[in-house]
Amino acid sequence: MKEETPIQSPKRRDFLKTTAVVAGMTVAPGVLLHSFSQVNAADAGKPVDQPVTDAVRWGMLIDTAQCSDGCNDCINACKAEHGLTESVRPEIAPQWIRKVGLKDKLTGKTYSLPVLCQHCENPPCADVCPTGASFKRADGVVLVDRHICIGCRYCMMACPYKARSLVHETLEGQRPHSPRGKGTVEGCNLCVHRIDHGHLPACVEACQTTGHQAMLFGNLKDPNSDIAKKLSQVQSTALRPDMRLNPGVRYQGL
Amino acid sequence: MPTPSLLRNLGKLCLGLLLSLAVSADEPTTAQSGRVPLPSPPTAKATVSDTQKCVEPTENIRRFHGQYLRHQRNDTMHRGIRTTKYSLVECINCHVTPSSEGKYPSVKTPDHFCRSCHSYAAVTVDCFDCHASQPEIAITKVE
Repeated sequence: MKEETPIQSPKRRDFLKTTAVVAGMTVAPGVLLHSFSQVNAADAGKPVDQPVTDAVRWGMLIDTAQCSDGCNDCINACKAEHGLTESVRPEIAPQWIRKVGLKDKLTGKTYSLPVLCQHCENPPCADVCPTGASFKRADGVVLVDRHICIGCRYCMMACPYKARSLVHETLEGQRPHSPRGKGTVEGCNLCVHRIDHGHLPACVEACQTTGHQAMLFGNLKDPNSDIAKKLSQVQSTALRPDMRLNPGVRYQGL
Repeated sequence: MPTPSLLRNLGKLCLGLLLSLAVSADEPTTAQSGRVPLPSPPTAKATVSDTQKCVEPTENIRRFHGQYLRHQRNDTMHRGIRTTKYSLVECINCHVTPSSEGKYPSVKTPDHFCRSCHSYAAVTVDCFDCHASQPEIAITKVE
């Protein structure tokens, strides 16, 4: 069997292959963003009694030029929003979003980018899930139904982005809008409890309110949304485009 | 003249007697009434209307709240329907009320709304392994 060559320069291919995964573990305590500021996603929330439809596909564009090395505002916002606080064994604590450092070996150019669940159109995690707990919602958000997750971790192995974590410890003090528990796999849920009400995900909101403007969130299917307009103008790429997963998260300037 | 093994056995017998006495002294309530006391869950913050207390008539919500919650859970999880009528978060917000000292009971304490009946019925619910058993206001207070 012959592997199909992806349409991209060998340089970038090498560059992505040699990705140095550096988990952004440095946490600046005290940075808690509780306010639901109304930075509108230009796609107002659907009526609460209506199901999500495939007329929407949520996506994110991350501008690597704006994302600075050492800034962990998105990570801290995520931790505060979802109560990712366990500290028993920090080395295996769940992370829904992490900063990854990349270096082009030829030129020495370094990048620092947030990597979260990429919300693939064809999610491998959902393919391998034996119970149907991993699934893609109609609006493109990839989720774990932890009511039926058995914690087998196949999805963690299948995910090429290392976007999922298993909860190893008994948890206490979970946030009401973000239930989490021991023995189940979890990952970025794109803050469904917020986007269903027309708010931005916590990481995007934090990135915008702190003035970095590195993350843009919106409906990829609406040609008038900010993100669709920008995607039609700037060059952007998916991580590991050779896998043809068509992620909802794309990166600009990589 | 008793043998040493008989002495040992006698000692064990006495210990057993003492222990059984101690155990029976530990359960005064059940021994007196002969029954486990009926649960008295705390009163909710508000009623839905003047004629109805909860989101469904009391006898229905008592019998079927598990089904309501499970149905709602699937609707919310998979279809993104976020109505609040059968939402567990809303149940907790209304039914878990502060004590006289202003403390919200968690599911670990017997006076928690869900716990009071489920302990009586000897039903173990694992909802609160993951879900918050206190309203948001109580959790943010702790932080």
